[in-house]
Amino acid sequence: MTIARTLDDACAALAEHPDALLLAGGTDLMVGVNRGQVRFDHVVVLDRVDELRGWRRDGDELVLGAGLTYAEMGRGELPTLVPALAQAARTVGSPQIRNAGTLGGNIATSSPAGDTLPVLAALDATIVLRTSNGTRRLALDRFVTGVKQNALEPGELIEAVRVPVLDGPQEFLKVGTRNAMVISVASLALVVDGAGRNVRVGLGSVAPVPVRAVEAEAHIGGCIDWDAASVPDIAAVDRFAELVVEAAHPIDDHRGSAAYRNHAVGVLARRALLRAFPGSAP
Amino acid sequence: MSTGPYVLRVNGHDHEVPDAHLGESLLWVLRERLGLPGSKNACEEGECGSCSVQVDGDLVCSCLVLAAAAVGREVTTIEGLAPDGELADVQRAFIEAGAVQCGFCTPGLLMAIDTLLDDLPDDGAEPDDLTVREAISGNLCRCTGYGRILAAVSIAAGIRREHGA
Repeated sequence: MTIARTLDDACAALAEHPDALLLAGGTDLMVGVNRGQVRFDHVVVLDRVDELRGWRRDGDELVLGAGLTYAEMGRGELPTLVPALAQAARTVGSPQIRNAGTLGGNIATSSPAGDTLPVLAALDATIVLRTSNGTRRLALDRFVTGVKQNALEPGELIEAVRVPVLDGPQEFLKVGTRNAMVISVASLALVVDGAGRNVRVGLGSVAPVPVRAVEAEAHIGGCIDWDAASVPDIAAVDRFAELVVEAAHPIDDHRGSAAYRNHAVGVLARRALLRAFPGSAP
Repeated sequence: MSTGPYVLRVNGHDHEVPDAHLGESLLWVLRERLGLPGSKNACEEGECGSCSVQVDGDLVCSCLVLAAAAVGREVTTIEGLAPDGELADVQRAFIEAGAVQCGFCTPGLLMAIDTLLDDLPDDGAEPDDLTVREAISGNLCRCTGYGRILAAVSIAAGIRREHGA
C-alpha cells in the first residue's frame, strides 16, 4: 500500500504497480471490497495528496482538484461559480457520503447515474489525466466510454477537472425515491452561457454515458429573448422538452422503466428551463 | 495480502493493529481487532449509517474507510463520546426523549448528531428542522419513526448551548 503525499509519489507508485487500485473517498470502491468483488494486491491512497485537493481559478476557468469532496463542492464560492455542480453534490448520498466521496471518484467510477456527470457534460468539462510521464487532457465525452468504462490507462490518474465560469443561471434536477441516499432514476443539468447566448443540457441515468441534448440546445437558443431572460413562445418550451426526451435512450431496470425515465426528463427539462428563464409565459 | 502492523489513533489513543488483511474496513478493524464494538455493522455499503464515526472531525461511514489508509487520522467512535463513563450530552438527551428502541442505530445517530452540534454556527440558535433532518438523513432507524430522535436533538442542542461541548 502507498499513502501518497504528492502527485509525484502517487504517479511513481502507479508506474511501479500499474494495476494498483486507486483509492480516493472509498464510497464506491469499498462497497466492492466489502463484498469481496474487488480484489487487489496494491492500493494507492490519494486522499492526502494536497495537489488533488481544493480548487483554483485560472482565468475564465476553474480547476477543480480530483479530491474535491461533494461537501466541499457546496461550500464557499463554488455554489456561486458553478451552481449546478453544487446542487448535484447536495443530492449525493448522505452527509457521511458527501464528506468522503470525491469529484475524481465520481468521474473514474463512470456510472451512468454519477450525479456530477450531467453537470460536467453540460459545462463541456475537460478531464486532466496524469502519469509519471506527464499530463493529457480529454473532454468528458471522450473520457467516459460506456457503463463504468472509461479511457483511464494503467498507470494514469485523474488530477483535475477544468470547467468554465459562465454568466447565467444553472439548474440540476434529479428524480429518485427520497431526498437522501438515492441513486438517480433520471437527472438533468441545464447551464446558460449568457455571453455565448446558448443553453446546454446534460442528462444522466438515461443512457450508458452522460448525454448532451444538442438538438434541444440548438432549438431553444434561437427562441430566447436574452434581454428579457425569457422564452416568449411557450410552444418553444414544449418543443425543447420533446427534443430533450429524444436525446435520451433509457432502459428498463430495477430503478425505473424506460417510459418513466423519458417522461421524467421531459418534465425536468421544462422545469429547469422555466427556472432559468423565469420571465417565460407559464 | 497482509498489511504488516500499523497504528490507528482512536479516541485519543494509539492502537497497534498487528498484521491485518489489506482489504479490511475501519469498521471491521474497530470491532474485530480493537475490541470497540459500539460502531454497528449492518449494510457494509454506506446506506444505513450505523457504523458512523468521525475521522478528523468529519462524519463518515467506517465501513467505507480502508482501515490501513486511516493511519495518522484522528478517529472518534461512540466509545470516545463518553471516555470517562459519564454520558455525553447527546446520550443523556436520547434517554430523556426516549429516542432508543432496539438501539442498533443509536451509536451512529449519536455520532451524526454530535457532529451536527459541533459544526453549528456559534450564534446559539437551535438548528432548524430541515438542517436536523438532513444531518441524520444518512442514518436509518426502523423502530422509532424518528419523532423522539428529533426531540432528542432539540434537548441535546439545549444542553450543549448551556454547557458547551
